[in-house]
Amino acid sequence: MTMQALMRHRLLWPFATLVLLLAVNAVFNPGFWQLQWRDGHLYGSVIDILNRAAPLALVALGMTLVIATRGIDISVGAVVAIAAAVAALMIGGELVVKGGVQTHVSRFPMSVAILAALLVAAGCGLWNGLLVAKVGMQPIIATLILMVAGRGIAQLLTGGQIITVYYAPFFFLGNGFLLGLPFAVFIAAAVWVVLHLLMTRTALGLFIQAIGINPAAARLAGLHERLITICVYTFCGLAAGVAGLVISSNVKSADGNNAGMLMELDAILAVTLGGTALTGGRFSLAGSVLGALIIQTLTSTIYSIGVPPEINMVVKAAVVFVVMLMQSAEFRAAVRGWVVRPAAGGAR
Amino acid sequence: MSSDVVLEARGLTRRFTGVLALSGVDFRLLKGEVHALMGQNGAGKSTLIKVLTGVYPADAGELTLNGEAIHPGSPAAAQRLGISTVYQEVNLCPNLSVAENIFAGRYPRKRAAGLWRIDWSRMQVDARALLARLNLDIDVTRLLASYPVAVQQMVAIARALSVEAKVLILDEPTSSLDEQEVERLFTVLRQLRGEGMAILFVTHFFEQMYAISDRITVLRNGELVGEYLKAELPPAALITAMVGRELSAAAGRNEHANAATGPALLEARGFGRRGQLNPVDVSLRRGEVVGVGGLLGSGRTELARLLFGLDRSDSGELHVAGERVRFDNPAQAIRHGLGMCPEERKFDGIVAELSVRENIALALQARLGIWKYLSPTRQKEIADRFVKALGIKTADIDTPIALLSGGNQQKVVLARWLATEPRLLILDEPTRGIDVAAKQEIMNEILSLARGGLAVLFISSEMDEVVRVSDRIVVMRDRSKVGELPGNSSEQAVYHLIAAGT
Repeated sequence: MTMQALMRHRLLWPFATLVLLLAVNAVFNPGFWQLQWRDGHLYGSVIDILNRAAPLALVALGMTLVIATRGIDISVGAVVAIAAAVAALMIGGELVVKGGVQTHVSRFPMSVAILAALLVAAGCGLWNGLLVAKVGMQPIIATLILMVAGRGIAQLLTGGQIITVYYAPFFFLGNGFLLGLPFAVFIAAAVWVVLHLLMTRTALGLFIQAIGINPAAARLAGLHERLITICVYTFCGLAAGVAGLVISSNVKSADGNNAGMLMELDAILAVTLGGTALTGGRFSLAGSVLGALIIQTLTSTIYSIGVPPEINMVVKAAVVFVVMLMQSAEFRAAVRGWVVRPAAGGAR
Repeated sequence: MSSDVVLEARGLTRRFTGVLALSGVDFRLLKGEVHALMGQNGAGKSTLIKVLTGVYPADAGELTLNGEAIHPGSPAAAQRLGISTVYQEVNLCPNLSVAENIFAGRYPRKRAAGLWRIDWSRMQVDARALLARLNLDIDVTRLLASYPVAVQQMVAIARALSVEAKVLILDEPTSSLDEQEVERLFTVLRQLRGEGMAILFVTHFFEQMYAISDRITVLRNGELVGEYLKAELPPAALITAMVGRELSAAAGRNEHANAATGPALLEARGFGRRGQLNPVDVSLRRGEVVGVGGLLGSGRTELARLLFGLDRSDSGELHVAGERVRFDNPAQAIRHGLGMCPEERKFDGIVAELSVRENIALALQARLGIWKYLSPTRQKEIADRFVKALGIKTADIDTPIALLSGGNQQKVVLARWLATEPRLLILDEPTRGIDVAAKQEIMNEILSLARGGLAVLFISSEMDEVVRVSDRIVVMRDRSKVGELPGNSSEQAVYHLIAAGT
């Protein structure tokens, strides 16, 4: 790739932002890049960031496709809570000592519980998709319904309590390691790879873009634009469900009130940081993953360099603001205009 | 004479990423005249207008208004100077009322209870008065969207007139008007001309241009060809000036009058939808071009939409190749070998940010489905073939289609359907807003496709085109079919039938 093509690459700015954040971390926290090998697992700040960013990346991937169709899904945080609640309820679990041997017992088989949680999450997405594509509601209103109601549903499921899970095998999703790396990272990576293949090896990517740019023309060209839109929302719900499983597994409990709180906003932010316009059309999955990593790195940075907790939201907002400005070509051109004054009476 | 010059441009030059869109163009607009600006797409008409109205700055050259140099930095600045513009696509807000649209940004105010408030009643009175000048009496408090495009166009003109304009620029104002509406517009323009307004008028319609204008400026490839009095420039000379070469007449129907025989490929009987189209009978055979003649609002587009499954019919039946079918969406129609170039290219046709290649592949890919993916290489082969066959002018096939001129965008949409190898193409105003040469190319392409066995339903408000290419003409009026005429009928015969159906 030539230097020029590199400078114009759409992922340049998200990537530069991430590198800069990592560099800041390395300066303030000399141990940032240190990795330790313990019990066959890798430990370190970077690994931690990857692990924590995984659920957000999952939600952001689903959100990317929804945004690409000109939509938005602000119910994903609530869907995270619902999926977590369903899984926690169905697994529950207790430690039974049978004949001196400790065994974990779950209420339903874990696979059934996971499947049920994912089905419920996909059902939530389907509901959103039907409201948007069949009923014709504006996406932000359609998903606002589930954003509000969903959290209520999650609380109903959990009876307003935090449900603790005592079934150890379930903890693997959010705490386990595979080949030395957190298992959650593999889940997010797998979803990303599958999506990437779907977008580049099938016509789905073209269809989603066409629908996002001009739904009327897409329909006229013979696309089943409603069906595709419904599928995209369903997938977004499903991705939020997977994130919910990872999160509840990580904290070994389900909190209907707080699980996935404000996650929709972080996901939208991740998509935007990754260079996908909220107006739909062209999108970047890799950009959204980068966006999720930026957000998680930023959060970790704020903690590690000791920003007082009461102002860390403000600091986060300020950084996001600057990053967004830097990504705008118009803004960069304006800055260049301030810095490099055009020579007076120069060439016409 | 020079004292009559209102707006004058000298040596205007404007460059876009290396391409000269305007090269040293001189132009003058006199008081109390209607001046036509003619040229093919890409000749520089739009660029000239945009420089005159402050949308783009000129790279070189000067502008004077009433003898004083001006440098409008924005359309608003140009408007303050007295240069008002009505653009081709109505640039208004459909979700505001008519009166609000006319005075948007300049609401009249009044002082009440110590505060400056919007003077709604005065706004409505003034809006009504302005529209009355255009012989239009409508409820100005209703939303703009509730009126047809023709009325919206009048509202746009009323808005342009509401600011003490000295110069009125009309960019393709008639492309969505029917004949009576055009006549009404012209009455208004003549009246304004009588009041001393300098009017610049851009159109693709020769007849209208000759009916209204006093002088003509012709551009070609960004350069001035010349400024003429109307009488100096008969149509043949005008075409030569625009194109730079003599145009051959379109291939006539006579060559191909024998083609359309055999059973009907498509047959609609009592086919209609309440409130949209009264039941009609229409049939098309292989290799036949059936024209649909009728004025705006006669049900032409509604017929096309119903046949293609964009709207659902609620009466009658439809047969394709002998099989009874029902189309609930375009995908079903496409599966039966139909294709459609829609009337509103920009809103229903092109997918603006996608490349020429992706736009061409879209319908074929939609038909193949998600899994049988045409790889970019395969898409490129298909796109290359049609770019060549239809003479689509584009920097390369990965250029976003939005950057192409109107005629080339239309060719891409046509290519999109040809790639699906359709049996029947519905063309709704395929030549609207397209320059003469591109029009000719598209018409010739349609005729040669018909010779190859394609059935074509051809809808156009330009009656001369309809009678020239059609084997048969379905004549429509007031959402009904009023009769059929053979292809070699005269325009007068069609209009006569439309009028007689009363």
